[in-house]
Amino acid sequence: MARELMKGNEAVAEAAVRAGVEAYFGYPITPQTELLEYMSRRMPELGRAFVQAESELGAINMVYGAACTGKRVMSSSSSPGVSLMLEGISYIAGTEIPMVMVDVMRGGPGLGNIAPAQADYNQMVHGGGHGDYRPIVLAPASVQESVDLTVLAFDLADKYRSVAVVLTDGSLGQMMEPCELPPMQPLKTSFPEWSVTGSEGRERRSLSSINLDPSMQEEMNFRLMRRWQEVEANEVRYKEYFMDDAQFVVTGFGSSGRVALTAVRAARAEGIKVGLIRPITVNPFPIKVYAEIVKKVEGILVVEMNAGQMLEDVLAATKYQTPIEFFARMGGIVPFPDEVLNEIHRMVKGPLTTEGHPRDRWLNRTAHKK
Amino acid sequence: MQTEIIIAGFGGQGVLFAGQLLAYAGMDEGKNVTWIPSYGPEMRGGTANCTVIVSDEEIGSPLVRNPSAVIAMNRPSLDKYEDQVKPGGVLVVNASIVDRPVNRTDIKVVEVDANGIAEKLGDKRMTNMVLLGALLANLPVLPQAAIEKALKGHLPERHHKLLPKNYEALSEGAKHKAK
Repeated sequence: MARELMKGNEAVAEAAVRAGVEAYFGYPITPQTELLEYMSRRMPELGRAFVQAESELGAINMVYGAACTGKRVMSSSSSPGVSLMLEGISYIAGTEIPMVMVDVMRGGPGLGNIAPAQADYNQMVHGGGHGDYRPIVLAPASVQESVDLTVLAFDLADKYRSVAVVLTDGSLGQMMEPCELPPMQPLKTSFPEWSVTGSEGRERRSLSSINLDPSMQEEMNFRLMRRWQEVEANEVRYKEYFMDDAQFVVTGFGSSGRVALTAVRAARAEGIKVGLIRPITVNPFPIKVYAEIVKKVEGILVVEMNAGQMLEDVLAATKYQTPIEFFARMGGIVPFPDEVLNEIHRMVKGPLTTEGHPRDRWLNRTAHKK
Repeated sequence: MQTEIIIAGFGGQGVLFAGQLLAYAGMDEGKNVTWIPSYGPEMRGGTANCTVIVSDEEIGSPLVRNPSAVIAMNRPSLDKYEDQVKPGGVLVVNASIVDRPVNRTDIKVVEVDANGIAEKLGDKRMTNMVLLGALLANLPVLPQAAIEKALKGHLPERHHKLLPKNYEALSEGAKHKAK
């Protein structure tokens, strides 16, 4: 199939269309707007629903309603907009209905700026909305992966009656790369037994996130967590580079993962035995992969575009058994590969320790930048 | 093998389009490519730039500190990027509006009266194509024919009447070799 040169945001939109999304609700925000704009043209063309809502709150609650029909629905936004949607996302999770959310992260906190960042890892991976729920979170690192993971997000959301998030950033959203788009999938014609599709001729169904009886609520909490165990058992995805003989490892997700790849290649060219692990599902996190490499490597460098959010998951997965170092740029700054290469050199030179916190060491080293 | 090109200038000079054209041509030649614009609260007449990477392998970072080549379409772009070009790299300067000489001696410098040439061809909007032609004549990244093919393949049909002028602009630019 022919490759097309597409902007990340538009590629996600077209991938969603081809995955059979039947309703899109959103509100413009940079650096995500091209996605909404593309949908505003493409959805009506196909006779599907597009609504630019009056606000993010309006949009997410329209998603909530539409998701109750069992059809494929989505929204997209960027950091501050996603914050506004979190109440609705929690309700959707609490109602156990599928939806796909795309978060094109930008610099923050607060209004921040419109440059690429990864500071909403915790917001997406570790909750955000209230209550015990676990969204599936997929982190692409290229336009092609943005396409593939958008399609996967719809499949996983349906399979696990879950919120599935495609977590990208301004850089991935704005850049153009060649990609192969999937074939157009036929729209769903049969709907799950829980979906509200009009009750004529059958018993009435009702969907809600309200459980006034705590024991009923607890039952639902157990159900969600048992379903999450299935997700953890079946859906972990990651990509490895140069890991066969690696003595050291760099790890990062999305944009920082691909910047790290350039640095790792440069280090390899110098004869340094360093590999790269790039988690593709950041939730479920590839815990076992990190637990395994602890036995094989002398040190791990975590690279992020936030102050060490995934770092905590790596520390938990490796149980402080191997030295971990941390490097990040924040506030909308994408690290250059040479900055990561310097950190690889520093790690290889040592000394390394499992004492103290990698974030503290990083902050102390970068004190001169005050 | 990886080649990185930064194209920079004023908004409206065709900076982003010239970069996209390179990316299309690279893709059509079977290469891996990335195109990433500077984006921000930009305004008409402000500065714009994009980075294009053409590579034989999976591309890591879409941004580079030291590109293989730079096209500086105006003075602020030359001031910003002159020092960043890799030693031995190529710097193409739009000499029509850049009012200072290039200081670096360890790179290939190509000065082109691109506005003048474009105006002679009858359309000032061809400035970017003249400079792109000059770049390709000095940087072995893609043949000019690949750019011409990409123009034809990806420009909407209604603009196809402009193709011969664009080809001519590329060829005029290509006459400029680094000193």
